Amino acid sequence: MNIFLIVLKSLRQHSLSTAITAASIALAGGLLMAVWVVKEQSHQAFTQNNAGFDAVLGARSSKLQLVLNSIFHVEESPGNMPWNDYLEIRNNPNVETAVAIAVGDNYRGYRLVGVTPNLFTQVEYAPGKRFQVRPPGRLFDPALREAVVGSFAAERLGLRYGDTFHPFHGLNFNEKEQHPEIYVVVGIMKPSNTPADRVIWIPLEGTQKMSGHDERAAEDVSAALVKLRGSGQAGFRLDMFYNKQGNRLTFAWPVGRIMAQMFDKISWFDRVLAMVSYLVAVVAAGSILASIYNSMNERKRDIAILRALGARRLTVFSMILLEAATIAALGMAAGFAVYAGITLAAAELIRAQTGVVLSPFSFNTVMLWAPAGMIGLAALAGLVPALKAYRTPVAENLAPLS
Amino acid sequence: MALLQLRKLVKSYVDPEGQRSVVVDVAGFEMNAGEHVALSGESGTGKTTLLHMIAGIVRPDSGSVEFDGQDLSQLGESGRDRVRATGMGTIFQTFNLLQGFTCLENVLLGMHFGHGANRDRARTLLSRVGLESRLHHYPRQLSTGQQQRVAVARALAGKPKLVLADEPTGNLDHANSLEALRLIREVCGENNASLLLVSHDREVLSRFDRVQQLGEINRAAH
Repeated sequence: MNIFLIVLKSLRQHSLSTAITAASIALAGGLLMAVWVVKEQSHQAFTQNNAGFDAVLGARSSKLQLVLNSIFHVEESPGNMPWNDYLEIRNNPNVETAVAIAVGDNYRGYRLVGVTPNLFTQVEYAPGKRFQVRPPGRLFDPALREAVVGSFAAERLGLRYGDTFHPFHGLNFNEKEQHPEIYVVVGIMKPSNTPADRVIWIPLEGTQKMSGHDERAAEDVSAALVKLRGSGQAGFRLDMFYNKQGNRLTFAWPVGRIMAQMFDKISWFDRVLAMVSYLVAVVAAGSILASIYNSMNERKRDIAILRALGARRLTVFSMILLEAATIAALGMAAGFAVYAGITLAAAELIRAQTGVVLSPFSFNTVMLWAPAGMIGLAALAGLVPALKAYRTPVAENLAPLS
Repeated sequence: MALLQLRKLVKSYVDPEGQRSVVVDVAGFEMNAGEHVALSGESGTGKTTLLHMIAGIVRPDSGSVEFDGQDLSQLGESGRDRVRATGMGTIFQTFNLLQGFTCLENVLLGMHFGHGANRDRARTLLSRVGLESRLHHYPRQLSTGQQQRVAVARALAGKPKLVLADEPTGNLDHANSLEALRLIREVCGENNASLLLVSHDREVLSRFDRVQQLGEINRAAH
């Protein structure tokens, strides 16, 4: 018999209110941790995941739109640029690799991106890692209507090696906009956990010369994805050349900083979500206060009996605080299940929309400080009923003896 | 040397009309270690208040309660809690068992705040009062007589020097009442505990060598 066992007995006696209160703590704690982790991981993923490119060159537009469209395959294309501009930057001594892409078609909502084959042969999307095709697949032949499908797109579309499909015009799926061309799936990519996983890659010429596309733009590309040579000086020089001295094209560099600026712009949303989580946590702590406080009348006799058996005022005070903290601890334990549910759903949504993969189960310090904070807050809320227990008069609350 | 000495003990309360009324006014009372004493008195003669003062639950307006060489009226609240936890056991008329705890746990609670819980001793005491097969039953699963026996075991659990019993047979029928009294006295004797028992039952009182009329020592009872 120890004080903790006495507290557990008390919780069992009030199991319904304990369960309801712990559930509200679970929701609050799970929400808080999920918001925190999704915010941090998505920030990290979008600012550090550049799919192996330092910059994007495209038509004059906002840098963010260029990056979102070319690297993350979301947003509309800002326009085309002539093939010669691609050749010029590819041959620039500051550039190690330049990959041309052309967008404008989809297959059931998943983008078809025309690309030069060097995406698969020269680019490392992460140190030491290149995009690879699962056996028995192979890379498309640039002269044929062949496609290599990203792993996520293949999974969602049910496309397999050897399948054929008709592309649809535009970036958004409209079944009336079907192109007559038939493409053959010659490869499914191994997962890279980058936005490339949700793209159907076809030869650049395939997009440029797709029936119904403007023939005047048949030599144009949507953007050039650029891997710079050497240090940041290369990027600085190209930034000067295209953005400061020129006014025809936009050189979006560095990709990470541009994405970070986007997160800065929507940081108010993070703060609102965090504020909501904190408020929910405070409300949950309030529910602990109300739950225990409301039960104090029926507990007076038990407290008086414990005092008659020799329990000190401070002991019963501590018991109530411990009870509040235990409810919070139970709630936070369940909160990890809520956390897992929310983050798994959010991660799936982000993966489906952007191809970026989050890791909901990797450690984050919020998993330590949120439970500790919630337990502390609950103990604080327990102070009010604990004080009531502390002040409970013994003689008056023992059953009449004579 | 006396185990318990009361000197010029006075306690008064202010009633709802604002009138102060004295409920206990004891000039003197003593009992020795190992002694079994019955206090006889009708309802309203201040028995419960007196026992609460002896137990240190209620502080007297004046006078002293000396228990085992310590003046409780000079001790702070936590000091009196400590004396109650280590030196006294109480048997209540309504038993005051904690309903959320099993028989065994109720008895363990009787030790917890004093010298510490001892599961073997709790089991032994419950066996002694005939409840070895009811260790894990909750009070609501027991008869009134069985609940009384748990209360007896709990009062003795902390090896008290003094057991205070306030109308311990008040809720029992005649046969059970005499059986409970026999058990209380036997178990107190086996554990070298003194017994101060309050009752107005003549049958119960007749079993004691020393019966103190509360009206004789409490001037406020008149």
